[in-house]
Amino acid sequence: MSELRPPAAPRRHLLAIGDLDSVDVERILETARALAASLDREVKKLPTLRGRIVVNLFYESSTRTLASFELAAKRLSADTMSLRSAGSSVDKGESLKDTALTLAAYDPDVIVIRHPSIGAPQLVARNTDAHIVNAGDGKHQHPTQALLDLYTIHAALGRLEGVHVAVVGDVLHSRVARSLVQALRIVGARSTLVGPPTLIPRGIEALGCEVSTDIATIGDADVIYVLRMQAERMAAGEAFVPSLREYTAEFGVTPERVRPGQVVMHPGPMNRGVEIDPRVADSDVALVADQVRAGLVVRMAVLYDLVVERPASASGTTVDVSGEGEFFPALAGSSHGEVS
Amino acid sequence: MTLACRNGRSDSLVLEGRVVAPAQGIDDTLRITVTDGVISAIESGGTGTAGAVVAPAFVDPHVHLRSPGREDEETLRSGTEAAAAGGYCAILAMPNTDPIVDSASVLGALVERAREEAAIPTGFMASISKGQQGEELTEMVELARAGAVAFTDDGKPVTSAGLMRRALQYGALTKFPLALHCEEPSLSRGGHAHEGAVSAELGLGPYPSAAESVMVERDCALAELEHRPIHVMHLSARESVEAVERAQEAGVPATAEVTPHHLVLTDEAVRSLDPNVKMNPPLRSAEDRSALVDALRRGAISCIATDHAPHARHEKDVPFEDAPFGVTGLETAFSALYTHLVLSGQLTLETLLERMSSGPARAFGLDEPRIEVGARANLVVLDLDAEWTVTEEGFRSLSVNSWLLGETLRGRVVQTIADGRVVYAA
Repeated sequence: MSELRPPAAPRRHLLAIGDLDSVDVERILETARALAASLDREVKKLPTLRGRIVVNLFYESSTRTLASFELAAKRLSADTMSLRSAGSSVDKGESLKDTALTLAAYDPDVIVIRHPSIGAPQLVARNTDAHIVNAGDGKHQHPTQALLDLYTIHAALGRLEGVHVAVVGDVLHSRVARSLVQALRIVGARSTLVGPPTLIPRGIEALGCEVSTDIATIGDADVIYVLRMQAERMAAGEAFVPSLREYTAEFGVTPERVRPGQVVMHPGPMNRGVEIDPRVADSDVALVADQVRAGLVVRMAVLYDLVVERPASASGTTVDVSGEGEFFPALAGSSHGEVS
Repeated sequence: MTLACRNGRSDSLVLEGRVVAPAQGIDDTLRITVTDGVISAIESGGTGTAGAVVAPAFVDPHVHLRSPGREDEETLRSGTEAAAAGGYCAILAMPNTDPIVDSASVLGALVERAREEAAIPTGFMASISKGQQGEELTEMVELARAGAVAFTDDGKPVTSAGLMRRALQYGALTKFPLALHCEEPSLSRGGHAHEGAVSAELGLGPYPSAAESVMVERDCALAELEHRPIHVMHLSARESVEAVERAQEAGVPATAEVTPHHLVLTDEAVRSLDPNVKMNPPLRSAEDRSALVDALRRGAISCIATDHAPHARHEKDVPFEDAPFGVTGLETAFSALYTHLVLSGQLTLETLLERMSSGPARAFGLDEPRIEVGARANLVVLDLDAEWTVTEEGFRSLSVNSWLLGETLRGRVVQTIADGRVVYAA
């Protein structure tokens, strides 16, 4: 047989958390930790992605995700553009394919897309040469949220392997839950989904999680991960629970249901008094602000990883996390990024 | 029964090779002489090329010709030429067009146009309810006189059990069956994929098997009550197969069809998020797929129907969740099933040929394509050794939303003779 050669590197995307293996996840989290240390010490801006173009294409309203992707790209010195569906040619009925082709004409390095429809990031990936980052597609995936959640759990508990996370609430409509459960499995952590039977999708156990309809089971977990209860799920004739009042009584995360030593997370935006009691949200065990901070460095790490990093198996490239000097991982061997 | 197609001269020709006509009990090397469109002699001892098989041509009871209204997706001409290339000698077209085929005037215009344009005999179904709104019955008697070959609200279920019962009762004034799209909308609403591990993981709205099977159960019960024939379309779920078989055992005159895509694919294919694997009913589990193959083998499902559903490119070139349901199938049905079911040993060639020809013809009271002296020639010539790759450029259909694009298949239609005329030659 012919000699084995490494295959030509395909364009890398982050469409779903399942695109990553444990080595990839560990590498991205390491990069994020190195970036966090660097940002603490140095000026807030790194030249790593100078000359690169990062486009944020958002078809759904978003505060924290869009803000953190924008800031992440800017702190890496990329040129960024953010396009929202409102006020753009999408308003005029342009198809996603045509918008993608239009953006492709500017030769962006990365397109970050959020879209209400499952499969939208795949469509953009088929029609452009950019690296695609899925910032949430319908009820499918939100992989950078899962990565920032892993980062936050690791920072709080010092480990990921063997950690037990209870994910509470509307799993059925949650891309956050789907991504997180898969991410936890990749790093050797456990998860249990807890909620009313109407909000737990049939067949979800195939992802390697446990399922419970008893809120008391959250007592067994190290982390209580509270999902947003979306009001639109309560539309007349389409209600998945009889009332929010009953939902809160049965599944709301209250101080009484949190045992000492547990931490509580929420992807935001929170419905205080519905899925989470304000006393829990404002307590020391809530890591919500840590999650937002993690979002910035994790998204920087993802952009860096896609544009600059090659899979460890192909190149052996590692990030300098020695703490010595500045964080310029992108410069070695790169034709971009001459520092003036 | 009115099947319409354009006029033309009947052909005379001689075909030699392995002749397989399951309904006539023929599997032999023969020479078939066709004189002026009629089989005039069948003699033993023909030679023929290796791999060549002559069989009764196919009948497709479920085709969307998109005319009137969406002639950009398919026309009577393009759709019937696609059917001819797929080995079909007759097809039945669905009435969910724009306008809906719910009046004698719309139907009459279609029949007339088929006489100008259709490459092969084409029958038109009329809708059960006016505008397919599920509220009022169409004028079924007048529609039958104007040439309707059956009644269906395909694309939509007849949601009201009361209206379905009335359709069965009143439909007795015609001799035609009701062809039923079984879907309970309150269970399928928002559904984009079979409810199971794949839809749970991808977050796609779940479309459970029960959304189909509870409606199959209901309609079988009503057909039993009214002693009327029904034809259950595009079965997808094991539970639906079981319901149809129970009804058949109880003496209900119920027939059923299954599509090539439900016989070959499972919901695992949906992981690609390719809009060309999105159809209604959805692809289901491996267990459902094998129940469908078993039922086809036993004959509980007697028809293979393509549910050929052309869609414009720009309507399918969107995110999976936004894409319309439906895939094309006329030009690939035989090859896909020969490759995936016959060559893998799940189905015999004889059974495949029977379920693509005699089975559907019987279910709708059409003349069965037969290989016997004196019969009109409705024949397909197949090359079982041919290997070909499905490409957009290869289609006669105006639409290219095939689940088989890029796939290499074995077995190919090389000639089709419909109603005594050569309508396709590779």
